[in-house]
Amino acid sequence: MDKKIKIVTVKLGLDIHWRGIVVLSRMLRDAGMEVVYLGNQFPEQIVEAAIQEGADVIGLSTLGGNHMSLGPKVVELLREKGIDDIMVIMGGVIPEEDVPALKEKGIAEVFGPETKVDSIVSFVESELEKENVK
Amino acid sequence: MDKLMETFEKNDPVALGRVLKEVESQSEKGYEILKRTNKEKGKAHVIGITGPPGAGKSTLTSKLCKQLVNKGFTIGIICVDPTSPFTGGALLGDRIRMQELAKLPNVFIKSLATRGSLGGMAHSTADIVQLMDSFGKDIIIIETVGVGQVEFDVLEISDSVVLIGVPGLGDAIQTVKAGIMEIADIYVVNQADRPGADESVKDLKLMIKESERKDWKPSVLKTIATEQEGISELIDELERHKTHLITTKAWEKKRKERNYNRFVGRLDEIVHESVEGQFKTNPKTQSIIEQVKEGTMNPFSAANKIAEYIIKS
Repeated sequence: MDKKIKIVTVKLGLDIHWRGIVVLSRMLRDAGMEVVYLGNQFPEQIVEAAIQEGADVIGLSTLGGNHMSLGPKVVELLREKGIDDIMVIMGGVIPEEDVPALKEKGIAEVFGPETKVDSIVSFVESELEKENVK
Repeated sequence: MDKLMETFEKNDPVALGRVLKEVESQSEKGYEILKRTNKEKGKAHVIGITGPPGAGKSTLTSKLCKQLVNKGFTIGIICVDPTSPFTGGALLGDRIRMQELAKLPNVFIKSLATRGSLGGMAHSTADIVQLMDSFGKDIIIIETVGVGQVEFDVLEISDSVVLIGVPGLGDAIQTVKAGIMEIADIYVVNQADRPGADESVKDLKLMIKESERKDWKPSVLKTIATEQEGISELIDELERHKTHLITTKAWEKKRKERNYNRFVGRLDEIVHESVEGQFKTNPKTQSIIEQVKEGTMNPFSAANKIAEYIIKS
C-alpha cells in the first residue's frame, strides 16, 4: 500500500476565518492526502491531535494576527515531547517581515494569499521525501 | 523499535500514536508491533456505532465518551470516513464534532480513511483495536462511515453494535428489510425532537418483537445527542449488553471468532498480493491477459488457467 500523507489542518486559536482552510482541506484531499480537519484549536490540543492521528504535517491557518505567538508555540510543544518528524506549515494573512522569524522558530514554510495549491502540495511532498531518505 | 515498545508499555500516548501510525500504513514495522502486542488483549469492551451519514454518530460518540470518562473509564475512539475513489484522498471530519473531548484525559482519538474498504470500516481497524486494547483502554468506540444497508464489518469487530437512525427515514417496510437493520444490539433514534420519532421507535420495536433472535432482545432508545438527552440510558444499555455477553459466554466466543477472522483476512491478503505480483510480472501470463482484453479468450477460462498455473508453480 502506498504511504498516504496525513495532514492535520486547523484554525489557529480563536480566529474565525474558516472558509479558506476548509477550501484548502478539500483541495489537499483532492491531491490525494488524508486530511484531518480540527476546526479551531489551541497549540496544546493541536499537538495532541497530531500525535494521536499520526500526522506527517500540521497546517495552521490564521488571519487573526496570532501567528507570532501561537504558531511557534506548536513547534515548541512538539519539541518538548521529543517529536521532530511532524512538519509545521502556516498560511493566511501573515506579514512578510514576520516570515523569517517564524522560520527561525521552526515553521517549515509560510504560504500567503494567492498561493497555488500545487505549490503547497509539492513543498510538502518534497520535504517528506527528504525525511524518508534521511 | 525496542525503545518504542518500552515507552508504549509505560502507557505513553506519544508511543501509542507512533505505533498506530505504523500499523495504519501497514508497514513491516507495523506487523512486527502487532506480533509483539498480541498477548495482552481481549479485555476492552468494543462498541461499534453505525448509521447513515448525518444521523449524529460523531456527536453521540462525543457525548457518550464524555460521560464514560466522568465515570472513570479510559477510552479509545476510532472514527472512519470515506476515501475518494478518484483521488485516493480523504477528509476526516469526525474529530471536529469531538472538540470537547480534546481537553479530557485518557481519551485517544484516531481518524481513519477507508482506503478502498467497502464494509464501512478501514482495513486497519481491527489492528488498531488490538493496540488500543493492549495499551489498556477500557472501552474502544468505533464509529463507522455513514452507512447504507449492507456495511456489516462493524459486526465482526464489535462486542456491542449500536445502530443510530433518525426520524423519517422511511416506513415500517424499511425495518423489515434484511441487512443492517438486523445487526444491532441497541437501536437509537437520534434527533428525537424532530417529528416522526415516536413512529420510528414503534416500527423498530415491532421489528424486534417479530425477530427470530432469542438470546438478546435489543432495546430502542430515543436520544437528542446535542442536548445530551438519552445518553445515560444508552450507557446503561451498553453495560447490560456487556453483562449479557459475559454471562452467556458470547464474550469469549466473539474473541475466538475475531482471532480466526483476522488470520483468514491476513492469509487472504498475502495470497492475493503474491498472486497479483506474479501475474503482473510473469511473461507467460501476459499473453493470456492480452487475449482476455481483446476478447479472444473468455475471462472464466483465463482465470482458471492462471490460477492453475500459479498454484502449481
